[in-house]
This record gives sequence, C-alpha cells and structure tokens, in this order.
Amino acid sequence: MQPLSRVHGRAIPLGLKNVDTDIIIPAKWLKTISREGLGAGAFESLRAEPGNVFDDPAYTGAPILIAGDNYGCGSSREHAAWAMLDLGIRVVIAPSFSDIHSGNAVKNGILPVVLTQDAVDRLLEVAREGLEITVDLDAQTVTTPYQDRFTFEIDAFRKHCLLNGLDEVGLTMARGEAIGGFEAQRTAAQPWLMRGTAAA
Amino acid sequence: MASRPRTLYEKIWDAHVVETRDDGTALIYIDRHLVHEVTSPQAFEALKVAGRTVRRPELTLAVPDHNLPTTARVDAKGAPVPIADPESAAQLAALEVNAPAFGIRYIPATAREQGIVHVVGPEQGFSLPGTTIVCGDSHTACHGGLGALAFGIGTSEVEHVLATQTLLLQQSKPMEVRVDGDLGPGVSAKDLVLHIIGTIGAAGGSGYVIEYRGRVFEAMSVEERLTVCNMSIEAGARAGLIAPDDTTFAYLKGRPMAPKGAEWDAAVAYWRTLRTDEGAAFAKSVTINAADVEPSVTWGTSPEDVVPINGRVPSPEDFADESKRVAAQKSLDYMGLVPGTPMTQVPIENVFIGSCTNSRIEDLRAAAAVLKGRRKADNVRWAIVVPGSGLVKAMAEEEGLDKIFTEAGFEWREPGCSACLGMNPDKVPPGERCASTSNRNFVGRQGPGARTHLVSPAMAAAAAVTGRLADVRELV
Repeated sequence: MQPLSRVHGRAIPLGLKNVDTDIIIPAKWLKTISREGLGAGAFESLRAEPGNVFDDPAYTGAPILIAGDNYGCGSSREHAAWAMLDLGIRVVIAPSFSDIHSGNAVKNGILPVVLTQDAVDRLLEVAREGLEITVDLDAQTVTTPYQDRFTFEIDAFRKHCLLNGLDEVGLTMARGEAIGGFEAQRTAAQPWLMRGTAAA
Repeated sequence: MASRPRTLYEKIWDAHVVETRDDGTALIYIDRHLVHEVTSPQAFEALKVAGRTVRRPELTLAVPDHNLPTTARVDAKGAPVPIADPESAAQLAALEVNAPAFGIRYIPATAREQGIVHVVGPEQGFSLPGTTIVCGDSHTACHGGLGALAFGIGTSEVEHVLATQTLLLQQSKPMEVRVDGDLGPGVSAKDLVLHIIGTIGAAGGSGYVIEYRGRVFEAMSVEERLTVCNMSIEAGARAGLIAPDDTTFAYLKGRPMAPKGAEWDAAVAYWRTLRTDEGAAFAKSVTINAADVEPSVTWGTSPEDVVPINGRVPSPEDFADESKRVAAQKSLDYMGLVPGTPMTQVPIENVFIGSCTNSRIEDLRAAAAVLKGRRKADNVRWAIVVPGSGLVKAMAEEEGLDKIFTEAGFEWREPGCSACLGMNPDKVPPGERCASTSNRNFVGRQGPGARTHLVSPAMAAAAAVTGRLADVRELV
C-alpha cells in the first residue's frame, strides 16, 4: 500500500449520511477477481443524478471526500475501498464511519478522518467554494485557507501503518512463534477448538 | 487473572488475545473462518503472489453462495448446469480451485450441504459458542446467536486470517440491549430486531459489540437468535451476541463438526461459563419493552427507517435533525412514497423469502403457515422462496412446505444469497416494490431502482396473499 502523510487538494462535498458500501460500489461490480478498475462503478447510483458532485469538473481527481454520519455502513466489501482509491480518493472526512469500512480503507492507504458534525459542516462550505484543504496525518490536523484548524484522533497502530505503508500480514507473520505458542496451549487444553472441519 | 466482573464479550475477547501491542492493538486468535466466492479471490491471489500458505486450513470452510443462480444446478442426467454469466462463472471457478489448492474444505454448489455461509456454519456445527468467527461478509454477526464473537471482515483481513489465523484488532465497547416481557402473537424475532434498529439507529451500535439480554432472547430458539444477531450490523455494531444456554447446546449436539463424546462434555462445561458476570459494566445500555413491539416494516432506504405495520409513511418534517430530513426526502423520492400513506396501502409486486436473516426451516414454516390454502394476489408478479441451504430445502420438502409455496404461486428455488443483494440473476425490476425477508433496503440493493420493504417471513407471506403490505395478525 502507498504510504500517506499529507494530502492537499480539493474535497468532494458529498455530505450525505448513511452512505452504504452498496452506494460506493454496487453488487454487480463485485464479480471481478481483481482489485483494479472499480472506479468506473464507484457511486454509480449517485452519479446517475444530473448535477452530482462526482461529475462536477470542479472536483475531478479531488483526493478528499467529505460525507455525513455512518460512512461506509453495510456490506464488508473491500471493493468499496478499491473503488475509492481508483477514483483517487485518499482521505474521507465524516462524523463517523462503519467499523469494517474504516478498517478496509486504512489497509488500502485511505485515511478516515473523524470530526464533529460542526467541523464537517464547515469543511463542506469550504469545499463547495472549490478551495483546497490540507490533511496532515503526522500532525493529525485538517486545515483550510481560512485558517480553520481541526484536530482528529486516530489509533497509533493505524497511523503507523498508514505513514509507513506497512503490510499487516507481513508484520503478523513475524509473530509466528507467539501464535504457535497460543495454538499449542489451546490444543492441550481445548483440543475440540482446533479441529474445525477435521471434526467431521 | 483479576476477578473483575466481565461481560460475555470481554470473556470471549480475553480468551483469544495472543498478545497485546504497546499501542493497545491486540493480536486476536480466530477459531473459525468462512469463505465464499466474492470476497476471497483477491486474498488467495495475494497469498500466491507472496508465496504464503494457509496457516490452519482445517479452521476455514469454503462454500459458494452469493453469485450462484438459484435455478436447477444439475440437468435431467445429473450433469452440472453451466453458469451463463461468464464473470460469475469465473469467480465461482476461482473458489473451486483455490480452496483445495490451499487445503481448505470446500462444499461444492451441487452438494446437499451447500448453502449461505451463515446458514451452513451453525448447521454443520462448525460455528460454536465462545469461538471467534469471521467471514468476508458483514452478516457474520449472525453466528453470535450461538454465543460466538462473530464479525465481518474485508478481503485484506481474509488474507490476514488465512496466512496467520489471527487479526489485529482494537477492542470494541460492550453494549447491552435488554428486552424484557413477551412478544405478542404474530410478532417475530425479525420484527423485534427491526424495532431495535429503528430505536437505536443505523449507527446506534457503532464502536460496540451488542449483547442481547433478557427473557425474550432466553425464550427464543437458536434460529430466532441467529436472525436477531444477523442484523446487529444494520445497527452499526461490530457484532451481536446472545449467551449460550441449554437451547444452544441441544441445537448443536450431534452436528457433524461439533465436538463429540468426552470433548462434548468438556465443551459444554466451558460454554456454561460464558455468561456476563453479575455487576459487569456495559458502556451503553438500551431497554425495550417487548409488549411495545409490533410487526415491523421499513419505509425508506436505511434499515433504521422502521414503522409498525399499522403506522404511516413519515414526512421529512417529522425529523428533528437537518441531515435526517434531507435523507428522508431522498428515501421517499426513491421509494415513490407519499407521507401520511398507511403502510397497509402500499402495493407489492414482488416477494422474496430467503437470505441469511430468514431462510432457515422455522422461517419457511412461519411463511408456509400463512400461505397454506391461499394464493398470491394477482398484482404480485414474482414470488420466490430461496432456502438457506440444501439441508433446509430437503427438510422443507419432507414436511411438504414446497407444495404449499408452489400452490400459493411461489417459485421454489435452490439455496443461495439470491435477491438479497441481486448479484445473481434474481433481481427486482426498477421501480417495483419487494416485500423481502432480507436485511438491507439500500438504494439498488435488490437491483437498480428496486424498492425494498424489509419484513418477517410471515409478513412477506401476508404481503403475497393480499398484494400489499399487510398485518399478518389479520390473516391468522
């Protein structure tokens, strides 16, 4: 995954709440066995509406998306993160995110920024003026040309992975010995837990 | 370990911590992993590219469900029927190749045991109380009905589990949803969970794992508990749980992958310890009176858009907050509904009985009880029943339920996810309505432009018979 530290650019002022992952990428696009090319289906139902923000030339290639409460709710499909990445989105700002989707986003180098509804409303205004916003992961801030400055929280491990573009699978495989120890203990104490499909 | 009172969620979490990082992230051991064709190909591909193997293949079970057509799978000579859509065929073929290549047990599309992952796991005894269960599907929360900590994951996490049998996680906060009293006649587990989501909102469980507590859940069958926990994700919760009890143990005993003999006794003894301790603290608590719950139906495009069947389509002005007013107006436009219309005057052209929420034998029995001796209304163009698994289908046929459905004008299909998400050919046409026993009424979920009303199996049957949304209590 691409490391992410500072993102500067225009922001798509979507603002809608409960944007589910079926909206981000509808099911018919999930038949692929690849991660590529999903931008073509991204936000398909919203883009069918005339005058939608995604097809407004002012926001073409904008790296930031601003949404309402509960962004990415619903299906666990990581295709949603792949589709956003394919559109060039690297940061989503919203008052809250679904747990699964925010995890998927981080694993693909997309930063979910949680801010209060008031801060999100202010950023929507700035974004609608077509002005550029700066998101600084290291400093954990979002700033505007009007000198607005909002700070956000992010858990230390996610920040570390994003800043360094780390592959979690590789990190955990390095802990193979600890996992092996845990498994040995379980096999001795509760062998039935370790049988799985072999029990049948 | 200190004897601080713990919730059920905390007990299961603690039992699975391999190690904790300095930043608070825990490496959590995963006991059971379910894999289907849609969210796994990129994970298997990544393993191949990196030269990685599956750490514990016996802890993963693979079965196709999302993409499979629900029409006949074998022809008159018993040969498999080819899948018409080339992309679906390629995705299904990828799982069929990947699972055995990595040593994973695979249930083929033509096997009697095939079905929706969340129906198959409990049915086979693969899903067990106190275990951590994951799947690249958000409705994995379903297995919480057995007292498991079960949640959906993305494809990167599918790869992580295959390679390491663990996940790196931050602990969620424990939340209690308590329902005391008794549900009224004609009010099902589905009505209750819709009512709960309507009460706490689609983000009401965000950051939490819900434990459902109280007499109503204790009195429920395992299948009803699976329905409730299944929809925890629609309230934004990571997972939902119900403490395992004698009902759970009776359900699991003798299932193919459940423990046997002395191991069964040891397992039950352990499972009996899986209860929230007296005095354990929940970060959030919601109490609902069972007597307030009526047959429920959704009017909008979020599962929180719930009203009782004898209620009316709301008006955007009914909502206090601005973003909800905007969302309500968008929902009404999409759904083609006028504020103030009684829900029982909303006509229905399609009925779908199925999905991981409501496709088990008790669901089919509940729908058949309403349909027996009746026929779907003339304006109901398309009505299908999609059993959750081949075993459910066989059991229903043994009981003669298939005949009740077909005599009522329903199509009796092969198992799969079907019209719940419209990935396979089973879709609701644009602009038409569907009374659906599934879990999501999102824009375009059952097909582009499709209008979904979420209901219980008995309510779906009532809608089929009357040709509109209807109160099942008036039919029984």
